[in-house]
Amino acid sequence: MKLLSRKATCNSHGQDSSYFLGWQEYEKNPYDEVKNPKGIIQMGLAENQLSFDLLESWLAKNPDAAGFKKDGQSIFRELALFQDYHGLPAFKQALVDFMSEIRGNKVTFDPSNLVLTAGATSANETLVFCLAEPGEAFLLPTPYYPGFDRDLKWRTGVEIVPIHCTSSNGFQITETTLEEAYQLAQKRNLKVKGVLVTNPSNPLGTTMSRTELNLLVNFISAKNIHLISDEIYSGTVFSSPGFISIMEILKERSFEDTEVWNRVHIVYSLSKDLGLPGFRVGAIYSNDDMVVAAATKMSSFGLVSSQTQYLLSAMLSDKKFTKNYISENQKRLKQRHKKLVSGLEKAGISCLKSNAGLFCWVDMRHLLSSNTFEAEIELWKKIVYDVKLNISPGSSCHCTEPGWFRVCFANMSEETLKLSMQRLKAFVDSTTKTSQTNHQSIENSRRKSLPKWVFRLSFDDRETVHGER
Amino acid sequence: MVSMLRKQEELLSKIASGNGHGENCPYFDGWKAYETDPYHPTENPNGVIQMGLAENQLCFDLVQDWLLSNPEASICTAEGVNYFRDIAIFQDYHGLPKFRNAVANFMAKVRGNKVKYDPDRIVMSGGATGAHETVAFCLADPGEAFLVPTPYYPGFDRDLRWRTGVQLVPVVCDSSNNFEITREAVEAAYEKAQEDNIRIKGLLLTNPSNPLGTYLDRETLRSLVSFINEKNIHLVCDEIYAATVFMGQHDFISISEIIEEDIHCNRNLIHIVYSLSKDMGFPGFRVGIIYSYNDKVVSCARKMSSFGLVSSQTQHLIASMLSDDEFIDRFITESAKRLAERHRDFTWGLSQMGIGCLKSNAGLFFWMDLHHLLKEQTYDGEMELWKVIINEVKLNVSPGSSFHCANPGWFRVCFANMDDETMNIALSRIRSFMSKNKEAKMPVKKLCWQRSLRLSTSFRRLDDIMSSPCMSPQSPLVRART
Repeated sequence: MKLLSRKATCNSHGQDSSYFLGWQEYEKNPYDEVKNPKGIIQMGLAENQLSFDLLESWLAKNPDAAGFKKDGQSIFRELALFQDYHGLPAFKQALVDFMSEIRGNKVTFDPSNLVLTAGATSANETLVFCLAEPGEAFLLPTPYYPGFDRDLKWRTGVEIVPIHCTSSNGFQITETTLEEAYQLAQKRNLKVKGVLVTNPSNPLGTTMSRTELNLLVNFISAKNIHLISDEIYSGTVFSSPGFISIMEILKERSFEDTEVWNRVHIVYSLSKDLGLPGFRVGAIYSNDDMVVAAATKMSSFGLVSSQTQYLLSAMLSDKKFTKNYISENQKRLKQRHKKLVSGLEKAGISCLKSNAGLFCWVDMRHLLSSNTFEAEIELWKKIVYDVKLNISPGSSCHCTEPGWFRVCFANMSEETLKLSMQRLKAFVDSTTKTSQTNHQSIENSRRKSLPKWVFRLSFDDRETVHGER
Repeated sequence: MVSMLRKQEELLSKIASGNGHGENCPYFDGWKAYETDPYHPTENPNGVIQMGLAENQLCFDLVQDWLLSNPEASICTAEGVNYFRDIAIFQDYHGLPKFRNAVANFMAKVRGNKVKYDPDRIVMSGGATGAHETVAFCLADPGEAFLVPTPYYPGFDRDLRWRTGVQLVPVVCDSSNNFEITREAVEAAYEKAQEDNIRIKGLLLTNPSNPLGTYLDRETLRSLVSFINEKNIHLVCDEIYAATVFMGQHDFISISEIIEEDIHCNRNLIHIVYSLSKDMGFPGFRVGIIYSYNDKVVSCARKMSSFGLVSSQTQHLIASMLSDDEFIDRFITESAKRLAERHRDFTWGLSQMGIGCLKSNAGLFFWMDLHHLLKEQTYDGEMELWKVIINEVKLNVSPGSSFHCANPGWFRVCFANMDDETMNIALSRIRSFMSKNKEAKMPVKKLCWQRSLRLSTSFRRLDDIMSSPCMSPQSPLVRART
């Protein structure tokens, strides 16, 4: 009798992936300005490291929150004991206020409809457990965050069916592509329970347009299915057209208290906007009482540490702080984004025009030896091993077109970003000088031969990088 | 209205719309009674005293003193803020190395350093709740089962079964031999499962036991280890109460010790679930641990830990605290001392009233025997008595049936979640109830009960108790007051 479960022995966690190679290489040889200036620069990690000073100065001014104190009195005991899955009321209130503020106060959220979870990773899994049976499916526009393959499918047994978006229209969702995805699911005998979108998008870095949002509402209304809107990057929108939350659309169209209203759920987290992925603060927001009730009970499997809830409730209740943080953070993201884009331009590389996120969706199709995913992997390996930049290949995000890469810009210093662009430019310059036939000798001399898995890569069983977005 | 509800339910999964979470149970009435009328020494001296919550509140003063002397353990203080950035971005599911080292160190100390733990086998989870679910996901497929000796912690019905689809098969233990886990009982349960075509994947033990408050002797542990090796099934040991052993601490035997002695044991079958919720009294911090001797399980559980990592802020704090050897040695000793005193005072007080408890030397509760007070030796009889205890004596204790106990009349009473005054008040209430009882037999009158609370008072056989996914009132129901 086999000893472990199927879940333990299969690889739907998505981490056997080839792309691990990039991470492994980075970890073996991480760039350090002083200790390892020739090391690999990490550009595959969507972290926001630009605004810690703002958090640190808030901490310096607020010693109570720091020291488990409230009004000078120790509340350590109360916090240490607090494991109520309804969450700390003050924290939930502060969190919904923060979410509202990010949306320009155009929508308000009721804290009793908010469920706290251990990061968005847990929020997404929990929602899927609540909305779908094993074997049912969610439609997701491609390209999408590789972690979804684990979060939505692994332990839930639910399937993902892609909504194929292409560069022909900036990877936007259309009525046609939605319908095609739905039909594809039918063909595969999969019952579609909902659509999950990330807005702003990872890896595109774009906000969804009003047209797309309305299309989605029409679609889920007609098909009688759910919509999960992962708005984890909502606070990273740094330029126009600005962020439109799905809730805003529903409000505009007077959908409150309709069935559709109850089928739209938001996922949020403080990992990207506040740059606090270590604290594991995620949330599900739903207008459906049953979903809130079920998700709340499930949150027992991953509650937010009370210590963290308390610290953040104090921080996020400081409205002066949050107002300043949101705007300053966006300013810095905008500046940094600009630096990446211009650095890429200097190397003759363009990217998708974007207004949000911690990364750019970079177009390197012109650098491919052929319009294939094999060529994409070839290029990717060169960039990891030779250029020494760990960036994420589009195929890991299930992109239908080879040649796109996600490049992060907010997880390093300005100097490091500058250096990465210099390296990239040098690489591009050298490849355009070298003829196509010479690339074979570079391969042989410096890299391992491509293992068999590269050639087995097919769209459907693409596997993904672990962990961080 | 009905059809809209049904339609609504169809839009959700069976897991979400069913009762697998185990909270739609009659036992919640005790909690509701507490919540609507909670005891407070000055504001509500006649309220219900909470004795259904297995919390360790006896040593917070020690921890608070430590925190004051160690401001760098917080990443928010002036002394610790240089760590803030690195800790805030740290989401590696391996966990902070210093955290794992500190936990391994603590676990060894709690076991008198008779065994050592490898920090690389330490995997984080969302509390022991998350740990149990993850272990079940790793070891069993839907429909497969774990053997669990009764009485057991009601949360297992949810943690091991709800989202995993795994089943629990009870190993019935009886009061006639102090609820010992006999080889016969385990074999019988295993055989019955085979007959019913249920594939057993493992045996789950809680040692020290919740709700019994006892720990297993060497012979029993060895026998169980040989059993699981014979059948090639897993052994999951929940040692969440390991540091609550307040008498004969040196006699507590962890499963780790047994496998050190037994070279024939297949280590790939052995897994430990742990947490700081009971030993340190930190349930709010959600520090759950899976420690497996099976490399594949460590690897899989670690990947699954993404769904319930410990906040890095908390990892940092715990790493500092548990690496302070002097503090930890002092804490473990003092905690055991205070638990012993509290246990002794309470059980002695009860014995004076003719109420006996299972002899125990660990845990945050004792297992009280009130079967002599039952009108009839049935679960209905137990429920009736329980309602009286809640409504008249005004104590929220947990009825044995919620723990799937085979014998009616047992109640779990928590003693470490209150101060001495409250304990004395609880004792005096029991005293007056007992003296009233001596005068008359159990009142025959219909118990006054709010009509709005629907109670299932139909006769429930042992099988019903075993099969219904029912949770005993646990702390998640307690609404925040802050």
